[in-house]
Amino acid sequence: MPVELISANHAAALAATLAGRANRTARGFCCGVYPITPSTECMEYLCGQDIEKGKVVRADSEHSAMGICIGASSSGARSFTTTCSNGLAYMVENCVAAAGYRLPIVMSVANRTLGPPWNIWADHGDSLLLRDLGWLQLYSADNQQVFDTVLCAFKLAEDPRVMMPALCCMDGFILSHTVSQVEIPTQDLVDRFLPTTDVPHRLNKVAHTLGQMESPHQSAVHRAQHHQAMLNAEQVYAEIQDSFEEIFGRRPADPLVRYRAEDAETLIVSMGTLGVTAERVVDQLREQGQSVGSVRVRMFRPMLDAELRKIFAGKKRIAVLDRDISIGFGGVLWGEVRGFADPAAIVQSYMIGVAGGDVRPEHMVNLLTELEQCHESGAPKIVEVA
Amino acid sequence: MINEPALNGMALTEHDRSEPLLRSGNSNCGGCGMSNLMQMLRRAAADRELKMVIPACCAAVTGGNFPESAYSIPTIMSTFASAAPVATGVASVAQLNGEETRVVCLAGDGGTYDIGMGSLSAAAERNEDILYICYDNEIYGNTGGQRSSATPAGATTTSTPGGKQETKKDIIGIMAAHRIPYVASISLAHIDDTLRKLQFALDARGFRFLHVLSPCPTGWKSEPAMGIELVRLAVRSGLFPVFEVFDGSRYVINVEPEFSREALMMYLSLQRRFRRSGVTEESLRPSIEHYWNYLRLMSGRIVPARKNI
Repeated sequence: MPVELISANHAAALAATLAGRANRTARGFCCGVYPITPSTECMEYLCGQDIEKGKVVRADSEHSAMGICIGASSSGARSFTTTCSNGLAYMVENCVAAAGYRLPIVMSVANRTLGPPWNIWADHGDSLLLRDLGWLQLYSADNQQVFDTVLCAFKLAEDPRVMMPALCCMDGFILSHTVSQVEIPTQDLVDRFLPTTDVPHRLNKVAHTLGQMESPHQSAVHRAQHHQAMLNAEQVYAEIQDSFEEIFGRRPADPLVRYRAEDAETLIVSMGTLGVTAERVVDQLREQGQSVGSVRVRMFRPMLDAELRKIFAGKKRIAVLDRDISIGFGGVLWGEVRGFADPAAIVQSYMIGVAGGDVRPEHMVNLLTELEQCHESGAPKIVEVA
Repeated sequence: MINEPALNGMALTEHDRSEPLLRSGNSNCGGCGMSNLMQMLRRAAADRELKMVIPACCAAVTGGNFPESAYSIPTIMSTFASAAPVATGVASVAQLNGEETRVVCLAGDGGTYDIGMGSLSAAAERNEDILYICYDNEIYGNTGGQRSSATPAGATTTSTPGGKQETKKDIIGIMAAHRIPYVASISLAHIDDTLRKLQFALDARGFRFLHVLSPCPTGWKSEPAMGIELVRLAVRSGLFPVFEVFDGSRYVINVEPEFSREALMMYLSLQRRFRRSGVTEESLRPSIEHYWNYLRLMSGRIVPARKNI
């Protein structure tokens, strides 16, 4: 398979382009896009592509960009967009709508701190705004994963058992602007992997109204259906991994990436590129005879609670690293996973690299050393790094 | 179903849609101008294939509760500020697939003049293939009647209890400044003109914008049966100019008003929303004259061409 040197932003855009072309025999590909640092290169790349039966609309805002995607997807086209930070915040209303219509729109987010005060560096606080809104959420840790995740996300979002929008997250600059080797499959292979889009409830000839008013019990039923469909994503993703491997000859990353976790007494839990650093730290500490492992939460929505319970079983200490802060509470990931551990386990929240601080292995070693000396979990801690 | 000859036989009933666009049993108030508009749109659309985008507004409520719908065409209810972008997506995919579908936005004045102005302007600038119809009742009707930038000076609303101070935004001027293929104002009291404009706008390509003065008995505090008469009075007095603009440059005045003092007085007195502020025909006269001077300049029609329409 040809290997190209590209940034993660370009990898996401290239995956979307290939996915868009794969729908040329169906209703085509249509996107609304709007630039924002550090996602801009993704939309620029897309604007430079020649996509058969495809159109990229240069919108006037992120809110409108998602509106255009909604119009396109509700007409049965494949749809993609990219944004981050305040752009995502501005887009949120239409993200709610996209999920409510159950449209399989895929979005790439180069995670960036929300402002003001303005800060362009990596933080997961933006994509976590969409935590409860009915979007699938996948976090990547390298450029190949970004590419694979976008391709898989289309297949996952468009599966009739799932049928909802998907968010593909990468750490801003750390991944979005880092150039590295990415295996790029041919269009033929992508065509084989990704069937054409079928949005069964699209606006067609029949008179029906999308997104109309509902009474409370109807909305409650629709929420329940949406929730159930999101839970199906775990099984569907496993099937997608198999078919991806069969066609492309390599397996996309697991929803929960375990690293020397099985026999570890202490576990580092994280999302995004923090997990890569954590794996290096695990190797380093293992050499010193410490029983440490790592779990990287790649699939944040749906939250794979049963699987995490299994992984957490028997662990004595769990350090949950969040590149985000739920102000007045602690780390978002910590809040989600702390209940999955054994009652006696110490599950400590560390918010590290918040607003883009450079997290180095020594930072993680230090906080693990501190955790080893603890007898119980303390209050969530912000670890300041430069 | 046999279609009765409508509009004095003017509408082409043999090509008429077998079903109304807005079905009976919908929840519009009695005397709602938007209901009249939808009847006219049905006549104009005839057998054309339509898709509709409706942002948050009375038309979104009128659609009714899931799974039933008051609309007989495929329709998507968008977020408040997103009619034009959602329609952009729908129209783009129709175009990619070589479909003849006409994509119609049906939006109120709040979604057009105010919250949706940015995205509307952008879609017009891109000249998307959309027919955007604003039914303007000069008020936020769904939320109980607050001011919008379409509310005329002197009108009392729940958020301007003493009467609004500021004058109504010139939406036609704004849209014409985008140099889109077609912009027109529509008076529901002039049905031949209404039908012609709707048909023209349905057939034209690119971004088309129609502004419809839509009587709202609930918000205007007027008699439901008087709606069409009120529009006629607004036209006769010169308060609501009926004209069209082609490509942002060619202005055509369609109805020459009498500038009748009586008409203006009646227009104001038949709506309780104008009672409290002290607005009178005398106080409105200068701004009407000012706008008509501008319109005469733009249309090149210095002397009124026709009278007594």
